[in-house]
Amino acid sequence: MFNVNDIKKDFPFIVKNPHIVYLDNAATTQKPRCVVDAISDLYENYNANPHSYDYSLAVLSEKAYEGARKKVAKFINANSNEIVFNSGDTAGLNFLASSLSKKLKEGDQILLSQAEHASNVLPWFKVKEEKQIDIGYIPLDDEGRIQLDAVEKAITPNTKIISLAQVTNVLGYKVDIKGICEIAHKHNIIVIVDGAQSIPHMKVDVKDLDCDFLVFSGHKLYGPTGIGVIYGKFDILDTLDPINMGGGMNGRFDMCGNYTLIKTPNRFESGTVNLEGAVGLGAAIDYLESIGMDNIEKYEKQLHDYAISKMEKIDGVKIYNKNSDTGIITFNFKDIFAQDLATHLASYNVCVRSGQHCAKILMDFLKADATVRASFGIYNTFEDVDKFVDALSKGDEYLDVYFK
Amino acid sequence: MSILNDPNMIRSIIMDHYQYPRNKVDSEPKGYESIHMDSDSCVDDFYIYLKYDNTSNKIIDVKFMGTGCTISTASISIMSELLINKTKDEAFNIINNYKNMAMHEGSYDEELLEEANVFSNVYKQANRIKCATIGYNGIEELLKDK
Repeated sequence: MFNVNDIKKDFPFIVKNPHIVYLDNAATTQKPRCVVDAISDLYENYNANPHSYDYSLAVLSEKAYEGARKKVAKFINANSNEIVFNSGDTAGLNFLASSLSKKLKEGDQILLSQAEHASNVLPWFKVKEEKQIDIGYIPLDDEGRIQLDAVEKAITPNTKIISLAQVTNVLGYKVDIKGICEIAHKHNIIVIVDGAQSIPHMKVDVKDLDCDFLVFSGHKLYGPTGIGVIYGKFDILDTLDPINMGGGMNGRFDMCGNYTLIKTPNRFESGTVNLEGAVGLGAAIDYLESIGMDNIEKYEKQLHDYAISKMEKIDGVKIYNKNSDTGIITFNFKDIFAQDLATHLASYNVCVRSGQHCAKILMDFLKADATVRASFGIYNTFEDVDKFVDALSKGDEYLDVYFK
Repeated sequence: MSILNDPNMIRSIIMDHYQYPRNKVDSEPKGYESIHMDSDSCVDDFYIYLKYDNTSNKIIDVKFMGTGCTISTASISIMSELLINKTKDEAFNIINNYKNMAMHEGSYDEELLEEANVFSNVYKQANRIKCATIGYNGIEELLKDK
């Protein structure tokens, strides 16, 4: 296991803001020094467009970009040619919905769950509008989890794609993706995994899961904003149509409209690449691997269990997911409106998120208009939990913030 | 105005309008114009209803429906009481004064704003200014073509 005090020293934001208890890691994370340094190093020492292959700087920048791809591949146990860089999880799901929709016909079905984030719902709504496909929802059990027998039952002869978060962003439960892939593949169904909330907090091995696609964002993984990853099994990825056409992805083209594309995965990365994002993400992955994803998962679970044990002692706290498998805690306090409670916590420098967390269809299941979500990252401490719980216990004073 | 000096008074006015909002309805009233105000960054989701008399240029009634936090709910409730029976010009004057106060962007007439003065400190919570002004922005939109 690691020493969290050493970890904290690696994060300039945490060092400079010791008064802030940052518990909004499911929204975005702070960045370690090595990520900031890697980006500065790029801009100070070898910045060039990797497509300008006429001078040695571009060789260096291309090496850095492709090196980052290799790091991502190794991190999730994929091959480099199965890794596409893009702008983030949302772009990844939109790309997959658009591109895979070309293989769908009227009456085909996509299976989601009620716990999905907007970015894994709305792109499919668009496909539904355009292709007259059906969208089905795998029912959640009483606790809010997806059980394998529910998946089996939800599948119809028309189901073509199952798209699910590996860890849901409000309830924080781990979904048995490996089990789901086993079932799905018996029916020739493609499985897409939204890894936004799983990749930063646990070891993910795409070969072991056997998923067909997995997408995630760099900024939730202690890397920069604006960079994301699509993993796709090469044999399927290679059959997809690029959505964005342009420079850096074509082989040649003529005035008659003939064109050829370069190889997968670069054919999906038209335009000047996000070099800074890839380099920063690569540095973040190096950093996380030096700590160990299993250690991170274990530690965040300890924080979670400690927080739950303390929160349960406060009268009036309603926790929606006390058995969550990860560092996400969703709660309310008495009948205080979630947003008022979050503002109250903010007045104690505790940063949490209130609202529907982009999972608007889950709120019916939770029977709540809105909730507050606290989510842990590797630099959070037991002391952070104490400060958070202390502020929460004073929730009744939530209007005081307006009199100061 | 003395209420500004007494936190307990401010608290009780806000809570009173939050728990027992004035002019709040559970279904769409007939004979009103309406505007849907849902914030892009939070849960606030309200319909503002206006009944306006073009001959006298007067606001006959204001109602609202929806869900939101304490600040948004209480501010719309107080706003409805402030604006009923006001002419268009009077209403705009109140709205402008209120926005100056809520956004801390200019001077305002305390007396004109009556109970709405309880939100004089809301600007210190920058993320909540949207909540405190959501109703005023809605009614302004409805009134501007009158």
